[in-house]
Amino acid sequence: MDPIHTIRSRTVVMPSSNIDTDQIMPARFLTTTTRDGLGKHLFADWRYDGRGQPVADFILNSSEAVGCQILVAGRNIGCGSSREHAPWGLYDYGFRAVISTEIADIFRNNCLKNGLIPVVVDEATHASLIETPGAVVSIDLEHCVLTLPDQSTVPFVIERFARHCLLNGVDETGYLLSKSAEITSYEARTQR
Amino acid sequence: MTARTLFEKLWATHEVVAETADTPAVLYIDLHLTHEVTSPQAFSSLRARKLSVRRTDLTFATLDHSTPTDTDQLFGKIPIRMESAAKQIHEFEKNCAEFGVELLGLTHKQRGIVHIIGPELGLTQPGKTIVCGDSHTSTHGAFGALAFGIGTTEVGDVLATQCLLQRKPKTLAVNVEGALPFGVTAKDLVLAIIRELGVGGGTGYVIEYRGSTIRALSMDERMTVCNMSIEAGARAGLVAPDETTYAYLQGKPHAPQGPAFDRAVAHWKTLPTDAGARFDRQIDIDASMLEPMITYGTNPGMSIGISAKVPTQANDEVHAKALAYMGLTAGQAVQGQPVEFVFLGSCTNARLSDLRAAAAIVKGHKVAAGVRFLVVPGSQQIKHLAEAEGLDRVFIDAGAEWRESGCSMCLGMNGDLVSRGSYCVSTSNRNFEGRQGVGARTLLASPITAAASALAGCVSDPRSRLTA
Repeated sequence: MDPIHTIRSRTVVMPSSNIDTDQIMPARFLTTTTRDGLGKHLFADWRYDGRGQPVADFILNSSEAVGCQILVAGRNIGCGSSREHAPWGLYDYGFRAVISTEIADIFRNNCLKNGLIPVVVDEATHASLIETPGAVVSIDLEHCVLTLPDQSTVPFVIERFARHCLLNGVDETGYLLSKSAEITSYEARTQR
Repeated sequence: MTARTLFEKLWATHEVVAETADTPAVLYIDLHLTHEVTSPQAFSSLRARKLSVRRTDLTFATLDHSTPTDTDQLFGKIPIRMESAAKQIHEFEKNCAEFGVELLGLTHKQRGIVHIIGPELGLTQPGKTIVCGDSHTSTHGAFGALAFGIGTTEVGDVLATQCLLQRKPKTLAVNVEGALPFGVTAKDLVLAIIRELGVGGGTGYVIEYRGSTIRALSMDERMTVCNMSIEAGARAGLVAPDETTYAYLQGKPHAPQGPAFDRAVAHWKTLPTDAGARFDRQIDIDASMLEPMITYGTNPGMSIGISAKVPTQANDEVHAKALAYMGLTAGQAVQGQPVEFVFLGSCTNARLSDLRAAAAIVKGHKVAAGVRFLVVPGSQQIKHLAEAEGLDRVFIDAGAEWRESGCSMCLGMNGDLVSRGSYCVSTSNRNFEGRQGVGARTLLASPITAAASALAGCVSDPRSRLTA
């Protein structure tokens, strides 16, 4: 995974609350056995009609969405299924961060493991972002600061170890493997 | 010693390395359940890093999500119709063989939905930590095990190290008092709890379901409640183990046997939350006020009592969008809504007691014309037990389809789908847009509401068909 320090991009806004992972990546695309190529199926049932044609008024089909790396979504994005195919699809499409007032637990974890920064902001900041789709926003992961178009800054909280991994381009599996001696000793101690 | 919750005891005994400000806890996992959909990329990662599965003895595999429920396809008389599903199933078989993971394969008598077979085989036990690449892993919490869903990267972590990096969640007590009224089931109770909490209300928490109503529930009913914890945003739900739990586990193939069982029970008795232990948050539910529930919208929090009307919520775009998708209007009744499909199945409600309750309503009647009623037992063992009781005949004689076990129409990955625009009363757990098929309209309900609706051809109150 490549190290991530700062993301600066226009935003795509999807104001609906409770956008579940079945919307982000419908189940019929889950028979894949790789992580690749899921971007084309991202939000498939909102993005394409019954004949597979792009739905004109869906945001990801507009020219403004091209190149955007930041998705601003309504409260509780990523609820439902644990499918990691949802963040894989978002990343493959080009997103690098998701901003909301609340991000579902499993989805947030899955984002962190795939180079997608989950940013939880207060209601007022969120409301201003929702009202200004396409605004250029900057996310500084090192200092955990979001810079809004008017140059005002908003701090955000991100789990420290996950942040360390994202900043350094390392993954958590390596860390867990380095704890092998402790795991063996735990297994012996507890007769597992 | 300070009074501790069940959750705190489970957490403390599984910390290999305690959490610090800089690093999450390394948490040991006692049981890792895997299936065909969320594991292929994890096995690929293992292969790329030249790693093996650390504890094959703590890892079990089954086929359920993209697995056919059609007998001829399942038993190989004809090819599996969905090519991508067939490929995924075969890749899983190969992965399990290569890494030495025990797989309950397509034709195995113990195969079934992962959250049904764990308890049924006695793999699920109080005091364990249990994970699976599936959000409904919360089901196993019914036994007083800390059980939660994980993503595929984490599946790989557990395969390689038998551990996960975790921050300690907060605790939420859901206190339920009062007897469940006539015709009101555990499914109705959990739908009411989700409505109360909201679909994000449990985010960051582990729920412990407590109170006299919960104590009076059977294990099957406790599993239905814990199963849907994730629909309120909580990764895990717990019920403290008690005599009901021990009686369920006694004699199960993977449960401790003989004197070892007695020793296990003595340990399990130390697990329940101590008197005076504090939860981060509590809510109270009066079960005696409930009636059978039905959902009207596109998330499991959007539910009403079956005699109520779809609520009006002015200036709420999400509510309006959900109603437009569902083809319903504010102020109308859902009861009486014609339906084209009824699905009795899923990890929420496909246990033997669910099939029995539905069959008692169906017996001697016919499924309404124009309704496709799919009955999918949760496991092959349940299927065979049901057949021994003649439940299959009850459903088949009524005009329902009796299938092999699997996730089936809960998410339609295997091709068991609801057609676009059609309504389906479903005993599953999610009514999200497109969950049961593109454009499908899901109405979540209990097995008895589903059965009554199949006979009536429309959403129907099961109480009129029950004998008191």
